[in-house]
Amino acid sequence: MSDRYQQLVNTPIGKIVSKQIGLPSPVALERYERGQPVISGPVLLGAAPGGRLAAATAKVLAAIDADVHTPLQEHVRTAAADASLEAKVFNPDAAPEDQTFKALVFDAGGIEDSEQLREVWAFFAPTVRRVRKSGRVIVLGTTPADCTRPRQATAQRALEGFVRSVGKEVRKGATAQLIYVGAKAESELESTLRFCLSPKSAYVSGQVVRIAASASSAEGIDWELPLAGKFALVTGASRGIGKAIAKVLARDAAHVIGLDVPGLQRELEDTIGELGGSTLVLDITDDDAPARIATHLVEDHGGVDVVVHNAGVTRDKTLGRMDEDRWNMVLSINLSAQERIDDELLAREVIRENGRIVCVSSMSGIAGNAGQTNYATSKAGVIGMVESMAVPVAKKGLTINAVAPGFIETQMTAAMPIATREAGRRMSSLAQGGLPVDVAETIAWFASPASGGVNGNVVRVCGQSLIGA
Amino acid sequence: MNASARRVAVLGGIRIPFARQNGPYARASNQDMLTATLEALISKFSLEDEVLGEVAAGGVLKHSRDFNLTRESALGTRLNPHTPAYDLQQACGTGLEAAILVANKIALGQIDSGIAGGFDTTSDAPIAINEDLRGVLLELNRANSNAARLKALAKVRPQQIVPQLPRNAEPRTGLSMGEHAAITAKEWGVERGEQDELTVRSHKNLAAAYDTGFLDDLVVPFLGLERDQNLRPDTSVEKLARLKPVFGGEQGTMTAGNSTPLSDGASAVLLAGEEWAAAHDMPVQAYIVDAQTAAVDHVHKREGLLMAPTYAVPTLLARNGLGLGDFDFYEIHEAFASQVLCTLKAWKDPVYCRERLGLEGPLGEIDVDKLNTHGGSLAAGHPFGATGGRIVASLAKTLSELDPAAHPHRPGRGLISICAAGGLGVTAIMEAAA
Repeated sequence: MSDRYQQLVNTPIGKIVSKQIGLPSPVALERYERGQPVISGPVLLGAAPGGRLAAATAKVLAAIDADVHTPLQEHVRTAAADASLEAKVFNPDAAPEDQTFKALVFDAGGIEDSEQLREVWAFFAPTVRRVRKSGRVIVLGTTPADCTRPRQATAQRALEGFVRSVGKEVRKGATAQLIYVGAKAESELESTLRFCLSPKSAYVSGQVVRIAASASSAEGIDWELPLAGKFALVTGASRGIGKAIAKVLARDAAHVIGLDVPGLQRELEDTIGELGGSTLVLDITDDDAPARIATHLVEDHGGVDVVVHNAGVTRDKTLGRMDEDRWNMVLSINLSAQERIDDELLAREVIRENGRIVCVSSMSGIAGNAGQTNYATSKAGVIGMVESMAVPVAKKGLTINAVAPGFIETQMTAAMPIATREAGRRMSSLAQGGLPVDVAETIAWFASPASGGVNGNVVRVCGQSLIGA
Repeated sequence: MNASARRVAVLGGIRIPFARQNGPYARASNQDMLTATLEALISKFSLEDEVLGEVAAGGVLKHSRDFNLTRESALGTRLNPHTPAYDLQQACGTGLEAAILVANKIALGQIDSGIAGGFDTTSDAPIAINEDLRGVLLELNRANSNAARLKALAKVRPQQIVPQLPRNAEPRTGLSMGEHAAITAKEWGVERGEQDELTVRSHKNLAAAYDTGFLDDLVVPFLGLERDQNLRPDTSVEKLARLKPVFGGEQGTMTAGNSTPLSDGASAVLLAGEEWAAAHDMPVQAYIVDAQTAAVDHVHKREGLLMAPTYAVPTLLARNGLGLGDFDFYEIHEAFASQVLCTLKAWKDPVYCRERLGLEGPLGEIDVDKLNTHGGSLAAGHPFGATGGRIVASLAKTLSELDPAAHPHRPGRGLISICAAGGLGVTAIMEAAA
């Protein structure tokens, strides 16, 4: 699983050679460790005039005790002052070249038409080269669908192209995200902004997140232990990405109920036992699986707060050579079983108030992949499930979202032929594979009780892979 | 100010032209300069043999022998020797603080008239003997036997010949005032261009003040110097742009052009109660209405060394029910162009005003056309103790020339703001007499 190329280019000689011949030079990404601040380094906050998100952003930055700088512009300074944020002043025209930032955050919500997109350029052009290693570029906008005028919606939609391009330009493990905040959803920003700023989003880049108003509130949450008192079901929890998910949710203080097939019972018990969770051994494709799961959750835990549909398989063959078993197995495990489980849990109201359903899609589900018609169909179906279920579950006070992992370093990718593996690793903005923990951190962000405003999102954990959207 | 207090009139002032360090006043002492200035004031107001309430003056760089310099100077003038005098010192705020002290005594009825002045020489600077040698000499002085005297003298070492020079550094930070100002300038993102523009405006305004004759009765020639030596009427942003930074490192924005030079000079103003002025048939130019000093914690909280006036002014305005915009003229001492710009930026910054000054919102903005309208310290130079007197005299005359029709419902007003070493700030409000 080790990335020998990355190790090589980060040796002194490797750095010189890779630079001379123009090879990708992936850096070791900073990843979250418990007890770390959300962001370690100064944050530059800017805003287009008239933006409604700078105030909410300033509040979050004050809450995480960030070292914030802003341009000396009245609207930004007022937002900072209103948040009791003792922001320092930054003027790119007077600042020394070596003054750098861990994050650049810009409220573009005030941009009302395409001409005002100039504000984005004006803020980032003189500052983008001041982004530090594993730094963050975050643009906040208004969800185009929530814009009142066509020109405003057009300009806000335009931000996607900007952010995705910045993601491809920034170096040294830095990432770029666009956060669309819907009408009256300013108060929902905190969990997403914390995630995007922190090393938890190390392998997430070029993504667009939509936040909407919700009835839930993040008030009183312990950001170090956001899942305290919560029960989380994780399918396929014995190894790989599922194991990482179980670990991260347990770190966030959830009681994890690990689920896997009978053949992996020992591994499951080892994994979950270490985390102080409990196990449930069954095959999710069994006809009675949904009922057994629901009953177990109700009887042993009185319900569940987080459901992570992680279990998944691949059975690759080109379509002409694909037998029905391969097709059925993949569709059944990766999609149909999840639908049936959700239906049962929702019908019996097993998922508690402010609960979360988190699914695992895939880059193949977005871009398609030769030899994976079955897999890509199932994973695109997961996206469909998230999109179609978002409104119905929201009515019950729940959310449903999906992660779409790209090239994640697992036993599965380690078994790939070298050319395929190297292409998968390098063909992304971060020029390296992700780790299972990167997927897990993204799921933990969706799972947080503070993420009530995040619903119906599909976020790729792919280092901004060149493949797919 | 206390309602029962008497109004304090500024009758006028005078100063000698300010010289650059080691310029025409290189051999003039503080006492020479103050005496000449007091003499000029005496001539201007016919104060020969007059007994005034007091003369209060001070300077920053003084010799230890000059413990009673103001009294000694006054004794050397044609003032009646029965006029009391004393020295005071509050760094660059000395001159304005002297005026405030005299004004307060007049307001309380303790005196009816007085002169407030200030002076400084950076050329004829005090040089102290080496601290080690001083210790040896004091020990020698304490010795009561020849053996003890010999023992003390045996401690004299060649290196003790190195004298102790006055340091242009803050005692508690070791940084020069310019370095402190450079830190604050960086914090506020002050650009080189805006500093140079402010500097040019200062020179143009001072040059115009000479050319129009405004300064004819405010400046009296001394030792052959007729105008401030530092004044460069033909300076420009382009010329200033060629100067190298002197503070803040290679990427710094502060140069010898947009910082005040070390200078020599003295100033004095005549203050009085209204009755005294009327009895002496002297027209009132302006009134000193109120004053406020403040200090910042530049040591532990690392606040800007020269930002204390940003604290003093809001207090002063609140006590007088005024807003920052309610003035016709603003006299902000230009220790450095960046200091003025930082002060202006701070007063209109919602974050600074709320978090530091405890205000609800920004204090406000100043119309730069009303700022230092007859030049500032960048052009005139800044002999530390003399700047307050220069400003009070210039503002009083400016207010006296203001057309009363400009504000039928309120007097013309001026605001003075002076930053000083040690994190101090001295500010005052003056009103036109009409």
